Amino acid sequence: MIAILLVLFPFFASLLVLAGNAVSAKKAALFFSVLELLLTFYAYYLVRIQPDATALGCTIPWIASLGINFKLQLDGINLLLVVLTNVLLPIIVLSSFTKSYKNAGVFYSLVLFMQMALVGVFLAMDGFLFYIFWELALIPIYFICLLWGGEDRARITFKFFIYTLSGSLFMLLGLIFLYQHTPGPLHSFDINALYKAGQGLDVKAQSFIFWCMFLAFAIKMPLFPFHTWQPDTYTTAPTQGTMLLSGIMLKMGTYGLLRWLMPMVPLGIAEWGPMAIALAVIGIIYASCIAVVQKDYKRLIAYSSIAHVGLIAAGILAFNTQGLQGALVQMFSHGVNVIGLFFIVDIISTRTNTREIAKLGGIRNVAPQFAAFFLIVLLGSIALPLTNGFIGEFLLLNGIFQYSAWIAGIAGLSVILGAIYMLRSYQNSMLGEPNGLTSTFRDLTVNEKAVLIPLVVLIIGLGIYPKPLLDLTGPAIQHLINSSLPIIKP
Amino acid sequence: MQTIHNIPMNMYLLLSTVLFSIGVFGVLLRRNAIIIFMCVELMLNAVNLLFVAFSAYLGDTQGQVFVFFIMAVAAAEVAVGLAILTMIHRNTGSVDIETLNKLKH
Amino acid sequence: MNQLIPLIPLFPLIGFLIVGLFGKKISKNSISILASGSILASFLVSVAVFVQVQNSASHAITVNLFDWISSGKLHVSFSFLADPLSALFLLIITGVGFLIHVYSVGYMKEDEGFHRFFAYLNLFVFFMLLLVLGSNYLILFVGWEGVGLCSYLLIGFWFKNTAFNNAAKKAFIMNRIGDLGFLLGILLIYLTFGSINYIEVFGQAKFFSSEQPVITAITLLLFIGAMGKSAQLPLYTWLPDAMAGPTPVSALIHAATMVTAGVYMIARSNILYTLSPFSMQVVAIVGVLTSLFAASIGLFQNDIKKVLAYSTVSQLGLMFLALGVGAYTTGVFHVMTHAFFKALLFLGAGSVIHAMGGEQDIRKMGGLKKYLPLTYLTFLAGTLAISGIFPFAGFFSKDEILAHTFEHNKFLWFLASIASAMTAFYMFRLLYLTFFSGFRGTKEQEHHLHESPKSMTIPLILLAILSLVGGFVGIPEVFHVSHWLNGFLAPVFADSEMKTMPEYTHHGTEITLILFALSVAIAMIYLANNYYVRLGKRPPEEGAAIPPFQKVLYNKYYVDELYTTVFMKPFNWVSDKFYRFIELRFVNVIVNSVGEGVSWGSRTLRLLQTGSIEFYLLIMVLSIALILFVR
Repeated sequence: MIAILLVLFPFFASLLVLAGNAVSAKKAALFFSVLELLLTFYAYYLVRIQPDATALGCTIPWIASLGINFKLQLDGINLLLVVLTNVLLPIIVLSSFTKSYKNAGVFYSLVLFMQMALVGVFLAMDGFLFYIFWELALIPIYFICLLWGGEDRARITFKFFIYTLSGSLFMLLGLIFLYQHTPGPLHSFDINALYKAGQGLDVKAQSFIFWCMFLAFAIKMPLFPFHTWQPDTYTTAPTQGTMLLSGIMLKMGTYGLLRWLMPMVPLGIAEWGPMAIALAVIGIIYASCIAVVQKDYKRLIAYSSIAHVGLIAAGILAFNTQGLQGALVQMFSHGVNVIGLFFIVDIISTRTNTREIAKLGGIRNVAPQFAAFFLIVLLGSIALPLTNGFIGEFLLLNGIFQYSAWIAGIAGLSVILGAIYMLRSYQNSMLGEPNGLTSTFRDLTVNEKAVLIPLVVLIIGLGIYPKPLLDLTGPAIQHLINSSLPIIKP
Repeated sequence: MQTIHNIPMNMYLLLSTVLFSIGVFGVLLRRNAIIIFMCVELMLNAVNLLFVAFSAYLGDTQGQVFVFFIMAVAAAEVAVGLAILTMIHRNTGSVDIETLNKLKH
Repeated sequence: MNQLIPLIPLFPLIGFLIVGLFGKKISKNSISILASGSILASFLVSVAVFVQVQNSASHAITVNLFDWISSGKLHVSFSFLADPLSALFLLIITGVGFLIHVYSVGYMKEDEGFHRFFAYLNLFVFFMLLLVLGSNYLILFVGWEGVGLCSYLLIGFWFKNTAFNNAAKKAFIMNRIGDLGFLLGILLIYLTFGSINYIEVFGQAKFFSSEQPVITAITLLLFIGAMGKSAQLPLYTWLPDAMAGPTPVSALIHAATMVTAGVYMIARSNILYTLSPFSMQVVAIVGVLTSLFAASIGLFQNDIKKVLAYSTVSQLGLMFLALGVGAYTTGVFHVMTHAFFKALLFLGAGSVIHAMGGEQDIRKMGGLKKYLPLTYLTFLAGTLAISGIFPFAGFFSKDEILAHTFEHNKFLWFLASIASAMTAFYMFRLLYLTFFSGFRGTKEQEHHLHESPKSMTIPLILLAILSLVGGFVGIPEVFHVSHWLNGFLAPVFADSEMKTMPEYTHHGTEITLILFALSVAIAMIYLANNYYVRLGKRPPEEGAAIPPFQKVLYNKYYVDELYTTVFMKPFNWVSDKFYRFIELRFVNVIVNSVGEGVSWGSRTLRLLQTGSIEFYLLIMVLSIALILFVR
């Protein structure tokens, strides 16, 4: 029951905000997203006291003749991502308080609608429903980028939309193919039926499904070489849109890989997994190198995000306990850190009217608090121990190492490269003597602190005590592995 | 009933084929919209003829039921079609389909 | 009593939090008391723990705080282990750390970043204590990277200066290269032993046979980490640059404590290294080469702190040499004595720089003996100690290293002896140029020359005393006294001892070695005295013509330039090409051309839309006919 509430609440909130007064829209959005957050904590509590959480979900017949159900289920894996979504959403809304968007009512309504779709994607346990939510999530972000975006937004948003949409169509193809192979005459889109259908196929068919689905997920994440929409879109989208995209939406791809692909086609993974890992690892190095030469702060973070996601994908594809759990923890951490980084860049660009790193410098002299917060978020991003980034990265590298020591070694280079581009940009923007542009830089306002303090608490808190995340995901991951491992490794 | 059976089935087929072909060629070759319209009607009626003939030969009334449907649709089509033609004539001063070439690349 | 152990790192952490968060609102006096007091408290607790470890039966106390990371079969707890090795390091860190905190109160008094400085310093001590207290490799790694962060923050403490910032960044990144090796080593340990807990790993390793490839791989990977942190070839270039930080930082982090973390780590993993003679060989060779290399660079440097930095690199090389020849206790012994005399030397240098108003070039000093008598005397004690003159601390530890190396490999001993001789020479060169002859600076500087305040001189005196007596914990057995440190650390190295055949040096040989080393050192001092005092020679001025050999040494063998051309430039070039060509002209173009292909196709197909109804009708009829016939 709680599952359906988690999905529907943001939907109604979205309608209310749309209908309500535009001036108070941001406050209303914040209020509703905080309520949803409380609801999420309640769900967390329920799942923790009741490990077999089928009772928390629901299965409502929807298009019965096609075997389609409105099936939502909660377990450790998707609850983690729901928590991420619903923790970040109030922060994202709060981060927009100093801005005044035109048609604020529509804007915040779209943000809440997006939340509904994201939570739906994570909770859906029916292939058709999953696809519906998956596409539904694209609509609000499309409008957010198109209507409130920056330079050249029409072309870039169009590319983003078409690119991801064509990827998801391949996924739909794969899902229908699987659906056809569920026992008839009444086929089923239920995830377990699809698992069974997929696992029963021969190598050729499994490889076909693997590539169909992988393409969709790889574009969404995005993985090298399907990433070209991402830097442009992140750069041109309004900050809150970028946060939604990078903080939450790209986790749809990694989540899909984990839940909808890995257990489904074990033979396909055995056949093509090495190649997919190779892509992920190449992407890590490639994107990190490119991040080094970026001049625009937002683009730099966009490329660093590609590198991080590559590591997550490699950990998932390694498919062992540490790799998967590391991937989940890192999805959470990456969401928190990347939102912090984008918010910081937003502060810089609104105060100086530029995002070009070379034009900045010396901000630490005039805004020491800002510099300190930036440094902490940055350290989380480069995975310093006792920050959240380290837990995920250690587990991921551990998982990949068990798969192959050499690949772990290469993937580990991101540790060095990440330090290079992050510290370089930090030095060039924050340290040194202030120049004309930065000498009047105002230190953090109360509102900005209200955004950054929760993020910093999450970064350090989860770095020191990651147990809540690990305990939540542990049993679910074990279950996932058990349900497919006998087939992968007979 | 008897008279229908007196004429062999081939004749009905032949007649309806001829009528249908006239309709097709009329549609393709003529440029006057009203004539094209008539030719479409001719095609419909060729089909009607076949329906009735087969219905009689096979002793199945379904074919005749279909004929009524087709007539009803044809009537509706005439009503709408002629209305459109009238509008075209009012706007362009002719019923030549070559004048309707605004919708192109 | 066990509950005391977590307090040791907790005090500096609290100090950091209070000073870091509220530093601006409280007075400098309270900051000094808070920051130094927290370290003093840690020191007192450390003493208690030290006594307790010594008296406990098992010589090891484990305190489990909480489960940190557990995933599947991997369990990492946040727990501390106090045994003789960590207890000794605790005393060094908190003891020397406290003295340096006190010294900093005077040294940093005028700096506007006073509170920031002490916050970082406390944070550093916290991480350093984690490093030596952790009961598994991951906690060690936390401390390892944490001290790297503090080092970054403190090297770039004066962050308006771009050169300092570059030095800080360089230190962090070079350390990260080592850290990656270390991390992979930890992962391989987990894969091999199924745990990263010291007790479990070493417990299993005991039963391994020697020379297994996996152990060699583990130890070499760990050693990469040590190369970075302890500034060994080829990852040493960050340490001389790190002198950009305030001098107390150089003393604490870049001489006494952090850079010896690599030694701690290898001493901790001694059983693993003992199992892999090949890795031991690598450690010994890298150590001795680093020592020689850095000492030769030190001969011609003119920056007082740079000379000390290269001597630190060189001394660290000697420590690794000791570890590499299997003399773990000796390596740790040298860490301890080195902490005393090198901290003393750096603080002394700081006192000189303080008096000179920030000047660090020894060509502009001279004759300071008369103005800074206390600094001179203590500096002299440090110099004697590092040169290995009896009875100063360095004499004992260095001789032990040389004796063990002699047993192990005569050639390595020969190289190490050259390095020691060079050390004696350049240290006395430094001493003579700084404190002897007449003053070479400006009139204004001369007018300002003054002895440092008490808060600075008292730590100097205490450290000088330690440098004088610190060596007596390890008097060679040839003098018929028991070697206290050997006995104290024995439980830590017991397993390794069992695996190796103990080598005994003939007492006659040992005495000969000692006398030889002493006479070489004295000869070097004489040489330096002759050259710089009696003949009154001065180092050449900047830009003056110097012999090619000296020029190469003065420019540090051009290693920095080499790294820039071999690594940084190609890396930047590749990154740039990745972006400009592969990303923008290839990957992006492919994706866009798919879109353009579609729109080209549409444009072409659009031509069919002629607008002629007749044409449409014809197509329609033909299509229908086609469908009918194809069926």
